[in-house]
Amino acid sequence: MADIVIVGAGPAGIGAAEVLCAEGLKPVLIDEGTRAGGQGYRRPAENLALDMNRLMGSEATKYASLHRRFQALLPRIDYRPGTLVWAIDGNTLHLLRDGRAETLAFDKLLIATGAMDRIAPLPGWTLPGVFTLGGAQAVLKDQGCLIGNRVAFLGSSPLLALAAKQYRDMGAEIAVIADTTPFATKAAATPALLRAPRTLFRGLWYMGASLRAGTEMLHGVTPVAVEGSTHVEALVLRDARGRERRFACDAVALGYGLKPETQLADLAGAAFVYDADFRLFLPRIDGMGRARPGLYLAGDGVRIGGADAAEASGALAAHAILADLGRPQDIEATRALARQVQRLRGFQRGLARAFAWPKAQIAALPDAVTLCRCENVTVGEVRAAMAKELGPVEVNRVKAMTRCGMGRCQGRVCGPALQEIVAAKAGSDAAAGRLRGQAPVKPIALAAAGDSA
Amino acid sequence: MEPPKAQFRRVAVRTGQLATLSFDGAPIRATAGDSVLAALLENGALLRRLEFGGEPRAGFCLMGACQDCWVWSAAGGRIRACTTPVADGMALFTEPQPPIDSQPMDRNHG
Repeated sequence: MADIVIVGAGPAGIGAAEVLCAEGLKPVLIDEGTRAGGQGYRRPAENLALDMNRLMGSEATKYASLHRRFQALLPRIDYRPGTLVWAIDGNTLHLLRDGRAETLAFDKLLIATGAMDRIAPLPGWTLPGVFTLGGAQAVLKDQGCLIGNRVAFLGSSPLLALAAKQYRDMGAEIAVIADTTPFATKAAATPALLRAPRTLFRGLWYMGASLRAGTEMLHGVTPVAVEGSTHVEALVLRDARGRERRFACDAVALGYGLKPETQLADLAGAAFVYDADFRLFLPRIDGMGRARPGLYLAGDGVRIGGADAAEASGALAAHAILADLGRPQDIEATRALARQVQRLRGFQRGLARAFAWPKAQIAALPDAVTLCRCENVTVGEVRAAMAKELGPVEVNRVKAMTRCGMGRCQGRVCGPALQEIVAAKAGSDAAAGRLRGQAPVKPIALAAAGDSA
Repeated sequence: MEPPKAQFRRVAVRTGQLATLSFDGAPIRATAGDSVLAALLENGALLRRLEFGGEPRAGFCLMGACQDCWVWSAAGGRIRACTTPVADGMALFTEPQPPIDSQPMDRNHG
């Protein structure tokens, strides 16, 4: 029996472990990655000649500090790298490490599983050379590789300009930075963004850097297609004035903001509510991150807030655990953390409006576009299934009929777009329902699953 | 024949033990610490062919979430290329291999 288990070793998991260790507790810290840091603060292997100071830019000091603090923490925690939590059953975690399954019982569970890119499909998006925006950054930090020589950045996110800057600094040509949200919408959302001026300043600086470097940056675009026969050859889109533009490139980085990885929270029994700003179903939590007795959620895995918010919300959830264990409370520290988390997450809420998920564009996708890349299901097949007598038009039902969202990624990639296609028919987001999480949350060998039974 | 287009471009040198893999029979040179995905995409623009219709795929999320980069091993198993480090002698394929005869390794070096 492990008393306290933290899943995820990014800023939130590390921030939580630090608070618990300071109180003399020894949490288990489970990391699916092989090196702590999570996605954003991932640390390259020592044999890779990559200048992380240059790559992390203004975040270099925080990046270095997080890893230094983790090293100091390491002897005082039970750190388990390379370990996947693939199911949760009551108070038992099902783990997989080096192909071997085992179980781990817990008393308190803190889930900090981070986020991945939110994706809107477009014609040609399954071609080799189209990758997620976060993936484009991950493969640079982790492998020292660029996804192509001439890269187009498409989506709606301040991270488009950031990633483009990193790519340009590392020698890539930038074909275009194309954002689907109109400039006027961004300007209208600015008051909410002023809550975190440092981040706003950084975002503007990255956009300015793109302009100074002569990169074309378009707002309010409508994606038309990624063209190519066996790999990416061009990105075609319509600009804000409706003119069709073709940008030759050999790679496309695609990202519409981030989407919390909520599958484990779902299996652990968190309740979900629809969030109209983020346009996603998100786990319900209290002000400190409690989802139900014994279950705590922190970081981008529950609310997108960025690395600083993740770290603070991890520490805050750890204070909630201490309080629930009946330990004396540091009220001042808890309040300061709660304020910081609220402010930074409020800023992200503003960003979600400034860089909007393109609901209307997705609802208008042509029938021939692939929606589910695992099971090869098109938008048209989903629409056709909904037109039949199915009973209620709802995402889980559509999944059962079409296999959209039933493939190996468990709807991580197609889920948000499927939601919009179904919502367009069902009449509202809430009526479309929420794609339920299922174990195993990632593919595992049947033989391994049998071992732990 | 024209050499296959490389999707990835390496911009940071990796030092260490060299590893040679084979991919659909062709040799691929890599360095210990490289992911299978990086090694294959530094040498081409294809990881696998989709089970439905055979269209080319080369991964998507690059962080272990989308499961689009599984390549086939000689033994009929599958490897998630973005999170699996290279190992010397790995024999990998874009499509599942037919059931293997008595000498499974022969076909990998042919």
